[in-house]
Amino acid sequence: MAELTYRNAVAYGIAQEMRRDPSLVMLGEDIAGAGGVFKTTVGLLEEFGPDRIRDTPISEQAILGAAMGAAMTGIPVIAEIMFSDFIAVSFDLLANEIAKSRYMTGGQVTVPIVVRTANGGGSRFGAQHSQSVENWVMMIPGLKVVAPSTPLDVVGLLAASIRDPDPVVFLEHKSLMADKQDVPDGEIVDELGVAKVIREGTDCTIIALALMVPRALEAAGRLEEQGISAEVIDLRTLVPLDTQTILGSVSKTSRLFTVEENPRLCGWGAEIASIVADEAFWDLDGPVVRITTPHIPLPAAEALEDMAIPSVDRVTETVTKHMG
Amino acid sequence: MSTDTREEGLYDYALREPRLPAPENRDNDRIGIPIEARLEMYEMQQLLRQFEKRAYDMFLQNLVKGTSHLSLGQEAVATGFARVMRPDDFTFATYRGHAHTLARGADPGSVLAELLGRENGILKGKGGSMHLTSVEHGMMGSYAIIGAHLTIANGAAWSSQMRGTDQVSVCFFGDGTTNIGAFHEALNLAAIWDLPVVFVCENNLWMEYTPIDLITAVANPAADRASAYGLEGIVVDGNDADAVYQVASQVISKARRGQGPSLVEAQTYREQGHSRADPAKYRPPAEVQAWKERDPIPMYHERLLRLGVPEGDLSTIQQDVARRVDEATEFAKGGATPGEEHLLTDVWADGGSAWRN
Repeated sequence: MAELTYRNAVAYGIAQEMRRDPSLVMLGEDIAGAGGVFKTTVGLLEEFGPDRIRDTPISEQAILGAAMGAAMTGIPVIAEIMFSDFIAVSFDLLANEIAKSRYMTGGQVTVPIVVRTANGGGSRFGAQHSQSVENWVMMIPGLKVVAPSTPLDVVGLLAASIRDPDPVVFLEHKSLMADKQDVPDGEIVDELGVAKVIREGTDCTIIALALMVPRALEAAGRLEEQGISAEVIDLRTLVPLDTQTILGSVSKTSRLFTVEENPRLCGWGAEIASIVADEAFWDLDGPVVRITTPHIPLPAAEALEDMAIPSVDRVTETVTKHMG
Repeated sequence: MSTDTREEGLYDYALREPRLPAPENRDNDRIGIPIEARLEMYEMQQLLRQFEKRAYDMFLQNLVKGTSHLSLGQEAVATGFARVMRPDDFTFATYRGHAHTLARGADPGSVLAELLGRENGILKGKGGSMHLTSVEHGMMGSYAIIGAHLTIANGAAWSSQMRGTDQVSVCFFGDGTTNIGAFHEALNLAAIWDLPVVFVCENNLWMEYTPIDLITAVANPAADRASAYGLEGIVVDGNDADAVYQVASQVISKARRGQGPSLVEAQTYREQGHSRADPAKYRPPAEVQAWKERDPIPMYHERLLRLGVPEGDLSTIQQDVARRVDEATEFAKGGATPGEEHLLTDVWADGGSAWRN
């Protein structure tokens, strides 16, 4: 048993997989010598050497292109895009090439890549270094999307992503980096496409992802004091989406809330609301309510950013209002 | 000075001075290439020419759907490089990739069937003309967004390095590609990592419908950029398969020896429009005519005659190729329309497309 921060869990998970698979390599900006700008790759250069842990220029297209070319010729690759906002610079590679090559070639090409990237707000970095871009990648056929909320999930889901033969976008949340958790000794491997009920409840279901998970959990505690029993689901992966866990919970509680850090339009909660409306409409006792960041670029000022991103207060108040 | 650019003809490119090809270099007759290899290159150029003409005919018959970008006039580049490449080397091409796919040995029938959108197509009808791929022949894909595949070719070359093989990646692209960011990112990374990759710019003088020299800061869009990445600026007559073969031998063996990347600019000409719907009337007629007189295939035919190959041998090759193209046509036309069972397959490595449970 070791206590790990979310930040350290990244390097821990990568090291576990690099020891297991000597062909696995990683590339990205400032990942080797500097250990990553979020210090998520500290120690990897020392253990695995510069051939497997490669610093690159500021060339996001070259990074993802190199990852793809290596992956399709037998070398599994972890590529780091420093801030998830920078995915936009290399969106062609991700959206048009990496995601589509298998289908377009009639199955001739397999692309085992994990694109790790620091996602989300709370750091007062402003609109170009704080975005929650899970909806950018979720909408592209051919990409799997993972966003862990705990150190243990970082290790286990990273291992599952690396072992998955398909391209996975792995979103590490900047504001969770200092969170701590005990992780068991030995190999840790989780499974993609499995959501977790992290708090059982009977009156309503609250679904959250990444940084929104601890907030939803805290809100559920406050709701309990008000006599509302909320079930909290940590979605963990957006693609594949564990709709069975969601539908099962909704059939029990009859009310559904989503807590999304992404800006409003086309957030993952909209897709879930649509699925629940299609398949569990008669289980519902009220409308599905989405609690999201407003549809705005994220502001930099502390006070404004805190107003924008769903908070424990906002989740608690919104659920209370709708359950009243 | 008038501001009416139409009056001045600035945007009527057909009125511009024609950009003429350099004359054929007869000294290339003496390049040390065995006659067997030359006959194979003649046959390959015939195949690429006759295949593309057949594809065009079948487009006129409304059998080839969607778009397609023909390599008519550019056959010598694909031929010269492919003849030098080893079976385990990697090719990366653009949407103008029919020639590069065939040159690596893919079956013309299944390539043509792909153009027709048939189940027996090389991509089962799911990729089409712009994405031809044949991994078993080292043809790692045709990429239809300008620039991306240079970075991907780097990755395959990096993989050769890591796996300790001496496989070389060869990446073909057009002159227009030299003005997109990915070109520069790829060249820089290849240079700093000493990757075994060869970048081949097929400069056909036209970036789609616009003369490349009007929109590029330097005269040779690829070669003049080479020095920025510490590379030699190599220009070759892309309409002479022997000249291409010679340069390809040098740069591929350099990469294979671990001495890093090269950038080659092959000067050639697109005999037709950018894509099948483009009649290419924007080109100066004298330019089109001059390049037609430098067509790589009649020139190579004459060279082989000068080298003592009997005309009858060349006719036999032409006829054999014509028969193969006819067979390919029958194979393609005979293919079934893809069924619904193929629609949802091969998004994921497990063969399916499920995104939820």
